[in-house]
Amino acid sequence: MTIATSAHPAAGQSGGKTQIKPYTMNFGPQHPAAHGVLRLVMELNGEVVERCDPHIGLLHRGTEKLIEYKTYLQAVPYFDRLDYVSPMCMEHAYVLGIENLLQIKAPLRAQYIRVLFSEITRILNHILSITTGALDVGAITPALWGFEEREILMEFYERVCGARLHANYFRPGGVAWDLPAGLTDDIWEFTERFPKFVDDIDNLLTNNRIFKQRTVDIGVVTKEEAFNWGFTGPMLRGSGVAWDLRKSQPYEVYDRMDFDVPVGLTGDCWARYLVRMEEMRQSNRMIRQCLKELPDGSVRVEDRKVSPPPRGEMKRSMEALIHHFKLFTEGFHVPAGETYTAIEAPKGEFGVYLVSDGTNKPYRCKIRAPGFAHLQGLDFMSKGHMLADAVANIASMDIVFGEIDR
Amino acid sequence: MSEQALKELGGHIAATLGDDVLKVELKLGELMVTVRRPSLIKSLTFLRDDPTCSFEQLLDVTAVDWPEREERFEVVYILLSYKHNRRLRVKVTTNEDTPVASAVPVYNAAGWFERETWDMFGIFFSDHPDLRRILTDYGFEGHPLRKDFPMTGYVECRYDEDQKRVVYEPVRLTQDFRSFDFLSPWEGMTNVMLPGDEKAQAPDTGSKP
Repeated sequence: MTIATSAHPAAGQSGGKTQIKPYTMNFGPQHPAAHGVLRLVMELNGEVVERCDPHIGLLHRGTEKLIEYKTYLQAVPYFDRLDYVSPMCMEHAYVLGIENLLQIKAPLRAQYIRVLFSEITRILNHILSITTGALDVGAITPALWGFEEREILMEFYERVCGARLHANYFRPGGVAWDLPAGLTDDIWEFTERFPKFVDDIDNLLTNNRIFKQRTVDIGVVTKEEAFNWGFTGPMLRGSGVAWDLRKSQPYEVYDRMDFDVPVGLTGDCWARYLVRMEEMRQSNRMIRQCLKELPDGSVRVEDRKVSPPPRGEMKRSMEALIHHFKLFTEGFHVPAGETYTAIEAPKGEFGVYLVSDGTNKPYRCKIRAPGFAHLQGLDFMSKGHMLADAVANIASMDIVFGEIDR
Repeated sequence: MSEQALKELGGHIAATLGDDVLKVELKLGELMVTVRRPSLIKSLTFLRDDPTCSFEQLLDVTAVDWPEREERFEVVYILLSYKHNRRLRVKVTTNEDTPVASAVPVYNAAGWFERETWDMFGIFFSDHPDLRRILTDYGFEGHPLRKDFPMTGYVECRYDEDQKRVVYEPVRLTQDFRSFDFLSPWEGMTNVMLPGDEKAQAPDTGSKP
């Protein structure tokens, strides 16, 4: 642990008893258990956390300001860089927000592809979250196994959009390209053996004595606290609230999907871990259903004011050429209005509050990152716990600084 | 979330809060309520506790800067009701000098959200337990998301090898920041009368020069 004490741990001798005064400890900003650049200023009494003040913003890149200076289409890649562990889900919220303002709807095939890749993204995210969380409490093997699976999933990313991480695949009115030939078969093959991987992790962790000692009854969040502190996603479901935006406010084709929402009973780190494990299995189910039901058709709306014409058409049609030029220089104009669009991202409710003034650039784009609200709760979750349990809490929150600092 | 249910909810809120509500809007299927600034806390408490509203969670607090308006900032509170599966946005307006009451007594989550709004816009929240900057650097000056704050900022930092520390310097751009005005004049020219256009529509009176 990086220890840089601002007040030295004064151990004064008084009457034969050793009294330890509370002292302040600096945790991070460069620390393997901080999941990025998190600086915690902790007040400790011995090894017990009395107060924990997260200093964030070390990865602040001013995304919201930058987006105000970009056209709607140019702003999409910024969303990949928010929560860089689940890029396509971030794009999804933004793209849905634009579509809501434009009052357009993506074609059915595009909706299926989006759901398919949202669920692949969820698995990507949860593998990282669970395995690095296990790493923080002392288990190394899951991380080694998990990253292998992540690599396979990122290959799917690469085949569909050309990039392993920063996809820029979802576009207003659909997705950038159709799936390449053979990809669906390979994803299907993956889904057939993926449950085996989840079972393996299950065997390693779920009833592992050390893992349970480190997570059971650590960072207990009650239902009321979860509401009050703005917790969403697995943090909320781990506390026994059966709430999932994919079920309660379904977007795209989630209303056709057949899946269950796992709910934790105890609200501790272990419950949140179990919720995430089950969500991976459910995502796998949804991927299979998407592949089975994937309809034919176009993957983008035919409105040339929003989506570019195909390359072949541009060679022949002057109008198509003009549309293409206008779309990639000026962009499209979005009618004045505002919307708050939220999706169930792997980490919780990811929302985009878009304000348009009728021009080709967003007037204001507020990004509601689930991790921001979760990290705020670290103080009350860690109070009275040991220092090492604060690390388990951070791990169970699934912190990624790209989205918290924005 | 049917439109009708939201309309009824808007009516209920307007009826109960009375003069405190300035405006109830329903746009794109989303309900927005603008309340008077002094009665913000009263309204939020009502929205949380009233069984018909029951907005248990504050999802976000943010602001929008409209410099040309009399009160330039619009502070937006995004609420969610789990019981009724409904969303609501509550808005108040303010300016640089007028504080807004902090929502922390109603929703704990407001703490960091308001810190962020203070950091980004310079909107002061009175009675906030810990109103520090949150996202920007230690010792940062200015409020970056205001429309009059330049995108390139005022200072840049680098590590100085001689002084062995990070130094801050005024921003020097090797090239001017390029902001293209793509708003095409042709888009808006559909209903404009140019000199001579009147001839096309003028009734033929038969008088020829």
